[in-house]
Amino acid sequence: MMSAMRTPLGRVRGLGSAKGGVEHWWMQRLTAVALVPLTLWFVYAMVSLTGADHASVVNWFARPRNAVLMILLVIATFHHGQLGLQVVIEDYVHSERTKLAAILVVKFAAVLLAAGSIFGIVRIAFGVIG
Amino acid sequence: MTARNRPLSPHLQIYRPQLTSLLSITHRATGIALVAGAFLLVWWIVALVRGPESFALFQHFIASFLGRLLLFGWTWALFYHLANGIRHLSWDAGWGYDLESTYASGWFVLAASIVLTLVAWSVGYVMLGGQ
Repeated sequence: MMSAMRTPLGRVRGLGSAKGGVEHWWMQRLTAVALVPLTLWFVYAMVSLTGADHASVVNWFARPRNAVLMILLVIATFHHGQLGLQVVIEDYVHSERTKLAAILVVKFAAVLLAAGSIFGIVRIAFGVIG
Repeated sequence: MTARNRPLSPHLQIYRPQLTSLLSITHRATGIALVAGAFLLVWWIVALVRGPESFALFQHFIASFLGRLLLFGWTWALFYHLANGIRHLSWDAGWGYDLESTYASGWFVLAASIVLTLVAWSVGYVMLGGQ
């Protein structure tokens, strides 16, 4: 049993001293599991699109299945990537200020790039290009 | 437990590298490399949105020696991180913790990442007609 200093409420919440509980760990695994089939599909798609011209790739995106899977791949990739980079920063950056700034930059950049990519995928899929 | 008997983390400067520790740091390194590779994915999407000229520029870069070298590196990093990621997930499920399994799965991951990279690139070159 854990320390008796912990309140019953704190024990039930199970969030620990970082107030985050297993959220980070769980999301990293959840996105990892999602990325196994998504990555295999993505590599297969990229190999089959090797050397394809602009029109052919746009046609590929116009298929709903491809556009939806690309959006899911982008979401899972950037979510997984920023969770991983956060751990790297927490491990190696020891100045509290720099650490916080770096984590903020990584998280904001991940959301920005993911949102931009999804908007781009939707535009290509609907043929709103050029 | 007294302070004297506490387990110590390995001291990197004097700790002999072994397969397990090298695969572990490589997982982290490939993860960081793949985040950098994600910018290529974003560039690909942006180039497609902007039209055939921007896309031609993207393809010109990918077809260059530097482009192919980077893409080859990222392909291996992707397969390595994928294979070793599955190894990590099976540890999370409680499987393969003993020393023998850890080494066996480690060698398997290394071999799988190399074989899959070569297969993907061979098929890619066949698609290009050997260019």
